[in-house]
Amino acid sequence: MDFGNLLYLKEEISLILVMVLLLLFDLFCTGKIRRYFQLTACVLMAVHTLIHLDPMPDGQAFGGMYINSPILSVVKTILNVGTLIIFMQARNWLSRESTSIKRGEFYVLTLSTLLGMYFMISSGNFLLFFIGLETASVPMAALVAFDKYKHNSAEAGAKYILSAVFASGLMLYGISLIYGTTGTLYFEDIPAGIDGCPLQIMAFVFFFAGMGFKISLVPFHLWTADVYEGAPTSVTSYLSVISKGSAVFVLMMILVKVFAPIVEQWQMMLYGLIVLTISIANLFAIRQQNLKRFMAFSSISQAGYLMLGVIAGSAQGMSALVYYVLVYLFSNLGVFGVISIIEQRSGKVRMEDYNGLYRTNPRLSIVMMLSLFSLAGIPPFAGFFSKFFIFMSAAGEGFYLLVLLALVNTILSLYYYLLIVKAMFINSNESPIATFRSDNYTRVSLIACLLGVLALGIFSMIYDRISLLAFGL
Amino acid sequence: MIHMEYYLVVSTIMFFAGIFGFFYRRNLLAILISIELILNSVDINFAVFNRYLFPGQLEGFFFTLFAIGISAAETAVAIAIIINIYRNIRNIQVSKLDKMKH
Repeated sequence: MDFGNLLYLKEEISLILVMVLLLLFDLFCTGKIRRYFQLTACVLMAVHTLIHLDPMPDGQAFGGMYINSPILSVVKTILNVGTLIIFMQARNWLSRESTSIKRGEFYVLTLSTLLGMYFMISSGNFLLFFIGLETASVPMAALVAFDKYKHNSAEAGAKYILSAVFASGLMLYGISLIYGTTGTLYFEDIPAGIDGCPLQIMAFVFFFAGMGFKISLVPFHLWTADVYEGAPTSVTSYLSVISKGSAVFVLMMILVKVFAPIVEQWQMMLYGLIVLTISIANLFAIRQQNLKRFMAFSSISQAGYLMLGVIAGSAQGMSALVYYVLVYLFSNLGVFGVISIIEQRSGKVRMEDYNGLYRTNPRLSIVMMLSLFSLAGIPPFAGFFSKFFIFMSAAGEGFYLLVLLALVNTILSLYYYLLIVKAMFINSNESPIATFRSDNYTRVSLIACLLGVLALGIFSMIYDRISLLAFGL
Repeated sequence: MIHMEYYLVVSTIMFFAGIFGFFYRRNLLAILISIELILNSVDINFAVFNRYLFPGQLEGFFFTLFAIGISAAETAVAIAIIINIYRNIRNIQVSKLDKMKH
């Protein structure tokens, strides 16, 4: 065996190293040094992100089971940045008395889900894809049920693991039928055996239903609201950004690589699902009062927009998708950072609690407002450009009616995003949330989100760089 | 020799029985058992396809082995979470898990 191949797994190996170091730190360093645990975690993650900033060259290991290419590396870097921001935002929650004893577990579990996503993204075979997917979703369930003395968290954990395992069962059934009709599990060899016979279409439907659960597209979205509400807020933000972004990217990769011969069938299926996802999620988001539940429906509708890049199937679609994930990450983490710090300091997550927030906490309100504007897609912010690129990519493949429906829905989504802004700036309140100082970690993370929201749209080289690396049908 | 179709009939019945149980059962453990049915039917599928259609290779058998291992891990985590729910509310009926329903 040629051990030089292992160098293509550089990113995975360094992530495992970070994980092991943190585990050892958690085990052996007690007393005074333990105070620096969070700092160590953030620094290690930042170093890991920085040394892999440069995209990896094309390469494969384990006989084509593992593939690495520049665009995959870019996606991994985006996930790293998101995880780093979540680590900083989680500090407040983890320092509480009830969770401080097990805070090491949070980091190790989060990193192992990240490792699973790495393998899922880099897979060249359905076996590695499945192992990566499960490595991502099993620790995720443990994270959702992390506050184990809270009923809500335990309930959310049960709902998450049962629907995740059910979804992977459906997906496995689809994969088994694909194996039965083509005789191979390698992404490279499968397209030659796909001729669009009814059994393969059924296999694809099962596979897609499984992925639909992970991404929470509309007919499969029923677990989302409960899990997002019950899980600890930092875990919710991880679920809504990192887990969703990686799953959408992998779905696009597999549709383009493996199911290219039946492109007409899957575009038709996606067409209906996108329309359903965007409109139903928007309608349900309007009537939510709990902000975490609200963000759950908002993230479902954002998943619908992400699928616009998938349906295009072109290189332009892929670059728009990756760029959208990047922008969505910064805007969503900005919103979740504010929700999380307010929940920690005052225990309030309902929309009427935010009435008059601008008078007491003006800076937090402004961060929240700008992030919400970016999510809604208002022009100077990055969200506008990401929506523009993704609509362009879908329109470029001739889906004009779909883009029109999505545009109408954008206006609808603006309404409910502005409801929060109205609550913070206009509604009056006798007893608004008291003024508080946020800690430095949260501040740095919110500033990073703000910079992302403001700068990503204006500096075009990031999109240019991504679009050079993307591939399509 | 038994034909491939007989095995596939068994696995298909198991798969859809699992889906039915997942939606119909009202006890978390029973739901977990239904999911196990789904996963095991997939294992049968892989092994049978490999044995009858592609006897020269081992991909299907390997997938079966990994699927068994991973489903064991999933079950372990799921049972841990269910035990935690039992400790919290002394009950594992689905109808009691409705605190977040609006």
